[in-house]
Amino acid sequence: MTRDTKTDVTFSLNDLTVTVPEGTTILEAAREAGVEIPTLCWASNLTPVNACRLCVVELQGSRTLVPACSRECEPNAVIHTDSERVALSRKMVLEFLDTTNDLTESPDLQNLIDRYGADSSRYSKPKRMDEDVKIEDDLFIRAYDRCVLCYKCVEACGDDAQFTFAISMAGRGSDMRVSTEFETPLPDSACVYCGNCVGVCPTNALQFKAEFDLRQSEDWDPQRQTSTDTICSYCGVGCTLEVHTQDNEIFKVTSPSDHSVTSGHLCVKGRFGWQYVQPPTRRSPTNH
Amino acid sequence: MPDLKFGDAAPDSEECSAIDALVAAPTLDRRGERWVIGGRTREQEARHLLLPGLHALQDAMGWISPGGLSYLAERLQVPIADAYGVATFYDLFHFDPPGSEQPVHHVCVDPVCAIGNSGSYIAELRAKGALVHESPCLGQCERPPAVFIQAKNGASSDLSDIAQSPAAVAADGPLRLLKRIRHMEGSDLQTYKRHGGYTALQAAIETGGAKIIEVLKESGLTGRGGAAFPTGIKWESVAKQEALPKFVVANADESEPGTFKDRMILENDPFSLIEAMTIAGISTGCEKGWVYIRGEYTTAAQRMDRAINEASASNLLGAGILGSTFNFDIEIRRGAGAYICGEETSLFNSVEGYRGEPRSKPPYPTEQGLFGQPTIVNNPETFLNVLEIVNYGVDHYRSAGTPESPGTKLFCLSGDVLHPGLYEAEFGITLRRLLARAGGVTGDLKAILLGGAAGSFVDSRQLDMPLTFEDTREEGLSLGSGAVMVFSTGVDIATVLTRLAKFFREESCGQCVPCRVGTVRQHEVLTQISNRKPTTREDVLLTEIGSVMTDASICGLGQTAASAVQSAIQLGLLR
Repeated sequence: MTRDTKTDVTFSLNDLTVTVPEGTTILEAAREAGVEIPTLCWASNLTPVNACRLCVVELQGSRTLVPACSRECEPNAVIHTDSERVALSRKMVLEFLDTTNDLTESPDLQNLIDRYGADSSRYSKPKRMDEDVKIEDDLFIRAYDRCVLCYKCVEACGDDAQFTFAISMAGRGSDMRVSTEFETPLPDSACVYCGNCVGVCPTNALQFKAEFDLRQSEDWDPQRQTSTDTICSYCGVGCTLEVHTQDNEIFKVTSPSDHSVTSGHLCVKGRFGWQYVQPPTRRSPTNH
Repeated sequence: MPDLKFGDAAPDSEECSAIDALVAAPTLDRRGERWVIGGRTREQEARHLLLPGLHALQDAMGWISPGGLSYLAERLQVPIADAYGVATFYDLFHFDPPGSEQPVHHVCVDPVCAIGNSGSYIAELRAKGALVHESPCLGQCERPPAVFIQAKNGASSDLSDIAQSPAAVAADGPLRLLKRIRHMEGSDLQTYKRHGGYTALQAAIETGGAKIIEVLKESGLTGRGGAAFPTGIKWESVAKQEALPKFVVANADESEPGTFKDRMILENDPFSLIEAMTIAGISTGCEKGWVYIRGEYTTAAQRMDRAINEASASNLLGAGILGSTFNFDIEIRRGAGAYICGEETSLFNSVEGYRGEPRSKPPYPTEQGLFGQPTIVNNPETFLNVLEIVNYGVDHYRSAGTPESPGTKLFCLSGDVLHPGLYEAEFGITLRRLLARAGGVTGDLKAILLGGAAGSFVDSRQLDMPLTFEDTREEGLSLGSGAVMVFSTGVDIATVLTRLAKFFREESCGQCVPCRVGTVRQHEVLTQISNRKPTTREDVLLTEIGSVMTDASICGLGQTAASAVQSAIQLGLLR
């Protein structure tokens, strides 16, 4: 309906002239033009929060850098996505994350750290996120020393997907954490175990218990893993599932974030209700 | 059945009555199977009562219990995890039973109070068995060491009445903005009117809003909160917006270290602020105003509240003000210990019952501000200037100051000066003259921190710089909030810097990575350097940390968190 009234915006992106419909973000325009901008807290199925600041770009006339993920293109703007200022900011953000979090299960961030030359060794005794892994059920675990506070899980639990509101950012500054009220264990909280928080987590801070057990047993081997697309068998909605297996054992279920029905989000049954397809070989007969 | 799950913990009867007094009637129709009102609509109706509700619980019980929070969240239909996230954002809310009926003494440990022996004061209090919390600047820098006593049942106090000394208010030249302050002890409406109060509102009603905005634009008045945005243009832009309702907000969340002008205005001249906000309302089509007062300013909040009631009773607020067709009301919101809530968009989130995290700009407040509506946000000092301009005209206003910085400015002098206090002076006064006006530096001058923690250091080489927006801008400085913190050679600047860095580390909201982590890393490096010249490696690291905070943080807090540190290094204050 609004498409007819939208006008086009023409601006300069890395010295290329680009024309996009009004309302397009710099990130969308850049990707359309084949210009890569790194992101962390941005996801196609969530509202941009522009908190990680990895996607900042230089906008001529602006005192500060601007976040490409949420800033809309303006007519005649002159934008540079890879200037020295931009590169320095990205390098520093990556150093800040690398000195604060365990990023060993975040290959995308590791690649960026290499690319921007981030060097964590120049910080002596930086304060790190240092927390025990929270294991409160058989479905997923929470390893908050990997949490980069990108807000994705809070958004997915809230009004970007699930409307359950079981978790929120709590505390302030470097003491900020994702938390239920008074750190109530998840089973006692409002959590409905849809696992949509796990689905959007970029650093594996939230992961399936099955995946966690595999990694803990040091049997984790991407070479032996496959992903199989199928349709959820529970109800008539017909959500597409991607079933991730290692040696034919399921360790994770996801849905594509660009899927027209799910936008990547599932319910507890689709996400976790797969035990019936594989025999409970690991359960002893007495342990019912 | 309800669609939100709340905690199982049961509230205490005191907690229930504290909340029931605030939330007049149940907001829900419990007859239906599902609540009739859902989602955002329901939220907007009650969520803005979350912060007052948290204050009510803290005040009644001395802490916020799971049962109390659960009850509050259910009454407001706010998810309890959200309510917890909001509550834990603020320093003045506690989540463990206090274990005693004793009040908490919040004692300032920021640079000026540290010079004023807050360390030994804290030791003294602790020796007496008092509960002490080391606090950031409490905005009482004219009488260090500052203390705020947080007690139950409305007994909290910033001791403002007891310590108020008239010598702390003075001027270089005729008093304009501060002329009523000395007479307004007790702050009643009759006294205010006797000293020229409400003539500006009467004039504004007669001449109409368009004329007022025109006059403001001609006057060259710019915002006094630090950003110096032209006030007339801000008002005009809100006046042009068609969306309704629109709001006027007075940002009195004064928390910039070394700044105490807004507290003095609210405590001693609250009707000026009410009158000027009302003029803003009738000039731009806003019918509702909010005064956001920092949580530690208890005396200011009480006097403001009393003044609003008195004005309402005299038809100076409410419907049909002074017999006109204009309506305007003012509501107070108290902060709860968070420097960041002085950032205008954080302030909106705080009022609306969300975490006080800044929003991305654009959109600007004049288009989408409080509750997503067009909003005027000004500092109390800016509002006071409006009265001067409306009462005495543009020519008179511009007879003080410089063409680019017309009028007068309030300066908060603190630290090593003989008479710390609030000084009004024409723009263009030099630092040297300002210091002389305050009785001079006690000892030999080492450095001055201009503009608060977010400002920059200057030294004796810049004493003849005229204090105007244009001159400070040329020097790469900022007048900021008007804080002038003076340090003599007896002060260890390294300790001051480390404390400033700690201030930002503790006050960062945590939303964006550059500020959340950058403030911590900056503090770590400074602690490591302590009192010596930084090595090249440390210097590069500090510069790069400063650079990403300045360039890539979401709001002004992160963008200025390296300013004082960088300026101190450039001046060679660390050795």
